[in-house]
Amino acid sequence: MAIGVKVMKRPEKQVSYVRATLKGMVLTFKHMLEKKVTMQYPEQKSTDREHGLGTYSLSPRWRGTHRMLTDEQGRSKCVACGLCPQICPANCIKLVPGEDEQGHRYPLIYEIDEFRCIFCGYCQEVCPEEAIHVGTHFENSEYSRGRFVYDLERLSSQTHAVSTLWDPADPKGE
Amino acid sequence: MTPELKGFLLLSVIKMVIVFTIIMVGVALLTLMERKVSAWMQNRHGPNRVGWAGLLQPAADGVKNILKEETFPAQANRWLFTVAPALSFIPALLLSAVIPFAAPLPVDFDFTLGPLGRFVHHGPMPMVVADLPVGFLFVIAISSLGVYGIALAGWSSNSKYALLGGLRASAQMISYEVAMGMSLIPVLLLSGSVSFSTIVAQQQAGLWYVMPLFLSFFIFTIAGFAETNRLPFDLPEAESELITGYHTEYSAMKFSFFFIAEYANVVTVCAMIATLFFGGWDIPFTDWDRSGGVLPTLATWLVFFLKVLFWVFVVMWIRWTLPRFRYDQLMALGWKVLMPIALAYIMVMCVAIYVVERVLGITSPVLASLALFALNVGLGILVFGLLDSGVFIRGSGYRQQERLKERGARTARAAVAG
Repeated sequence: MAIGVKVMKRPEKQVSYVRATLKGMVLTFKHMLEKKVTMQYPEQKSTDREHGLGTYSLSPRWRGTHRMLTDEQGRSKCVACGLCPQICPANCIKLVPGEDEQGHRYPLIYEIDEFRCIFCGYCQEVCPEEAIHVGTHFENSEYSRGRFVYDLERLSSQTHAVSTLWDPADPKGE
Repeated sequence: MTPELKGFLLLSVIKMVIVFTIIMVGVALLTLMERKVSAWMQNRHGPNRVGWAGLLQPAADGVKNILKEETFPAQANRWLFTVAPALSFIPALLLSAVIPFAAPLPVDFDFTLGPLGRFVHHGPMPMVVADLPVGFLFVIAISSLGVYGIALAGWSSNSKYALLGGLRASAQMISYEVAMGMSLIPVLLLSGSVSFSTIVAQQQAGLWYVMPLFLSFFIFTIAGFAETNRLPFDLPEAESELITGYHTEYSAMKFSFFFIAEYANVVTVCAMIATLFFGGWDIPFTDWDRSGGVLPTLATWLVFFLKVLFWVFVVMWIRWTLPRFRYDQLMALGWKVLMPIALAYIMVMCVAIYVVERVLGITSPVLASLALFALNVGLGILVFGLLDSGVFIRGSGYRQQERLKERGARTARAAVAG
């Protein structure tokens, strides 16, 4: 042999072609009869409650695009405290605070640049009013780059479920 | 031209159009079937977006391939580069002309068609495009031509990978051609004819040849896989080592011509298996299929179609089960295993047929077939036992192992002497 081939020390019974071939063919045929595992994406989504493929559910801890929660009057819960732009490691939250006659603070401008966001979820963790949340959502395509800067109205009008962040005190989410 | 000749020509043209259409549409659907089967074997769905259950996927692929840009490598031999796909495609289609696909259909007509004159046909029309008396030899001859397309494609691309693919294809096809031809000689011995129609008729009288000639069938099937360059013998393509070999440089429709050729070859080999070993269009356990008429013709056509489809499925099944052979294993299997078995089998069958027919004087074809079948069971157990025990085929590392053992013995002797 010109080329040194690594010699596996197998008993000759093990290198038999016929039995191995038949065994393999039985295996592949069994697979033909098994349940299909592919998720048919546009019809079935991993965010669906019932998609029939239980194991592919999106994790409740999935950190997707943001959502601003609102109170009963439809105003955002944000009190413009400024903690989220402070903690944001990607510096993607723009907040201009305002104050009404009763002294209630509210955001005049609240914008999140989803391109700069690294989806760490710190904003949700730090928010004292539980106003800003990251969501369990993954279909984010847009026709222009400008649409990826989500303003307050956009953040408040999104309806997808919000993420339940990982709690160090309860690591398994129980 | 006599009216009879004109009638014959008319029928031939109709048959040609029908067979060509069926083969082309069938080949297109086989590409879908391949993808479906592979998907099912991997717990996937396969293409299911275009049309119902993905049935229009081949059409979408065809449109895509026609619209794509054709590229020519700068240093390619342009003329051969263009001709090569056709050279591999034409022999593949030619073969479908001689396979009988249904029971003969009685056709009687006598009419005059304007300036063309009278057309006459009486009696049964063989359901085969060309009922060649040497159909068998025609298949053996033409199927070897397919290698020209592949070898020329590999050479004219002026690419190392393509050239290696072409070389491998020619070496492989020539090697397995020998075993294939040898494995079919017992069929000729038993049927006494090289006409497919006669071979089918003989199987109807006796048993399907897969029983009395099992080893022939076994060798032919393996050689057929190699002839069509299908896994586990797809060395010429070998996408992981040769980036798909001979069609590396091809694009657009020229690329898909190679695939049409491959699938047409698969269909032909499967039709050959069905015709030579599984009774062709024969419906087992009944003589009704030979009674003549439209219904038996349609039924036998359907049965033939199912037989071919089954073997096509087996071809795909094996493709998605087995890994590729290493090149030396491929050559060893062809020359050291299949050809000696085929040669020995010819001799054994010669003697066996002589003994059964002349010495024992068994004239009933069924009894003779059964006697040969009994012999084949014994031979099959012997051959499979030997194959399975690893006596015939060993990894090439085996030789190194032997050498190491020898060296060890020598050093041991030297130690004793010292």
